[in-house]
Amino acid sequence: MKLALRYAALLAILAISIGPFLWQFATSLKGPTEDVFLPDFIPNDPTFGNYAAVADVVPVWTFALNSLGVASVNVVTNCLGAAMAGYALARLKFRGRRFAGVIFASSILVPFEAILISLFLVMRGLGLTDTLTAVVLPGAIAALNVLLLRNAFLALPAEVEEAAVIDGANAWQRFTRLALPSVKGTLVVVALFSFMFSWDDFLWPLVVLSDQEKYTLTIGLAYLQGTFVQNQRLVAAGTIIAVLPLILLFLLLQKHFFRGVGEGAIKG
Amino acid sequence: MTHRPYTPWLFLAPGLAICLMFTIFPFVNMIVLAFTDASALGGGRFTGVDNFVRMAEDPKFWLAARNSALYMIGVVPPLVLLPLLIAMLAQKVVPGIGIFRTAFFTPVIASAVVVGLIWTWLLDSRGLVNNVVEALGGTRIGFLTDSTLLLISSMVVTVWRGLGYYMVIYLAALANVPKDLHEAAMVDGAGPIRRFWSVTVPSLRPTMVLVAALSAVNGFRVFSEIYLLSGGTGGPGGASTTMVLLIQSVGRGLTGEVGYASALSFVLFVILLGLLLVTLKLNRREEQL
Repeated sequence: MKLALRYAALLAILAISIGPFLWQFATSLKGPTEDVFLPDFIPNDPTFGNYAAVADVVPVWTFALNSLGVASVNVVTNCLGAAMAGYALARLKFRGRRFAGVIFASSILVPFEAILISLFLVMRGLGLTDTLTAVVLPGAIAALNVLLLRNAFLALPAEVEEAAVIDGANAWQRFTRLALPSVKGTLVVVALFSFMFSWDDFLWPLVVLSDQEKYTLTIGLAYLQGTFVQNQRLVAAGTIIAVLPLILLFLLLQKHFFRGVGEGAIKG
Repeated sequence: MTHRPYTPWLFLAPGLAICLMFTIFPFVNMIVLAFTDASALGGGRFTGVDNFVRMAEDPKFWLAARNSALYMIGVVPPLVLLPLLIAMLAQKVVPGIGIFRTAFFTPVIASAVVVGLIWTWLLDSRGLVNNVVEALGGTRIGFLTDSTLLLISSMVVTVWRGLGYYMVIYLAALANVPKDLHEAAMVDGAGPIRRFWSVTVPSLRPTMVLVAALSAVNGFRVFSEIYLLSGGTGGPGGASTTMVLLIQSVGRGLTGEVGYASALSFVLFVILLGLLLVTLKLNRREEQL
């Protein structure tokens, strides 16, 4: 009985959290003669025509490719660059280590919205406005990821590395062969969040991009809605194109993501 | 020494370069610009506190600050409480719980733009929510056309999108609540509600303060939800505008007033930092008790 109540509550929350997505998906499949205002979750005559039609109206696949490029570069630069910096902070002794740590820590405290306009001026100074490079650069190596990976590297036992030093491994070899493989879990989280953050980002691309050819999906969609709000089927198709890759990526990696939480809950 | 003296700096160079160029320098520059009349074309003379005087007399600033503050006040209580209740439901390992947790997290993964567009359509005057309202015998409500309702609708979207995110934070914290506390309370004859208030809440208080801080800072700097639900206008006559929307509209484009936008950014930064400091202090007092 208690279990039944728990499932009922869980199902109710499930409906609230994914219901809107399902409805949007249903809308994207509705044909031109169907009423998109009715709360119909099952289209009478499902069609993928809207996905082709939205591509005729705005270059939605170009937007998606732009987003994919930006997000992929972001994953690589964050995983590699943040790991390198985190490794130096955690495992190498040198003068100025505290100073470098303070720079990363204070970067976290600066809210992005507060430097928005100033950052735009920097990009203009570099001649990078209206380029995808400008979209990538500010978040390319996030300070938060540097500190996350620093903590992960700190947790590694010192003995293994000492043995490698005796074997004559230099710092780069110890980093790539020993340290990096042993923080895989943290790297997955960093990769997932870098991809998500970059794919979902809206404010910065909105400010720095002006040429429609270079739009990422998020601002492309906002533009699509502004122009063709009368045909919700197309907007719905666009939003599904934007959200589906992320859901698939998350489903692939969710085990790693919830593992810590889940294990704790069982032990609890 | 196991490495050459410059090796650590080679490791640090890319990360430090990005942080210095695209966070620290713009931040310092923002503070400098706040005291100038710089325009979009550059230049700018030192004008002292003129920008701040202008701000104090600018009704748009007060409106935006008020809306941001209201937004923050509106979203913090539901975001502290609702995800906790959901986490307690999702904590127990029952068959299929992974599916539920993943589904609850879906709105977090979906970008603010996707979420904003879906809800714009749900709350449209012809949308699903209004169809339900009408079917129940009510009249259609202008969720997106009335400036107050637009703010409240955006808050609902923010809360809806935050449920899964804060649920995960609570799940991690709940896993650390000692089980014997619950068992002891049960032996003492405390029911589930009693145990929630006397066991769960006290042991989770630091996490609740953290969630309050995160959701307050995020609430105050809201942009996407208001921007999208209002179709980029900031509400009818701009009446639902918030601080970040104002900064964005003042500082952008060929007519951008960079100096004034920087002064607004400076104020935003001070407020957000203040919010963080207050929470840190609350947390410290918590630890002393």
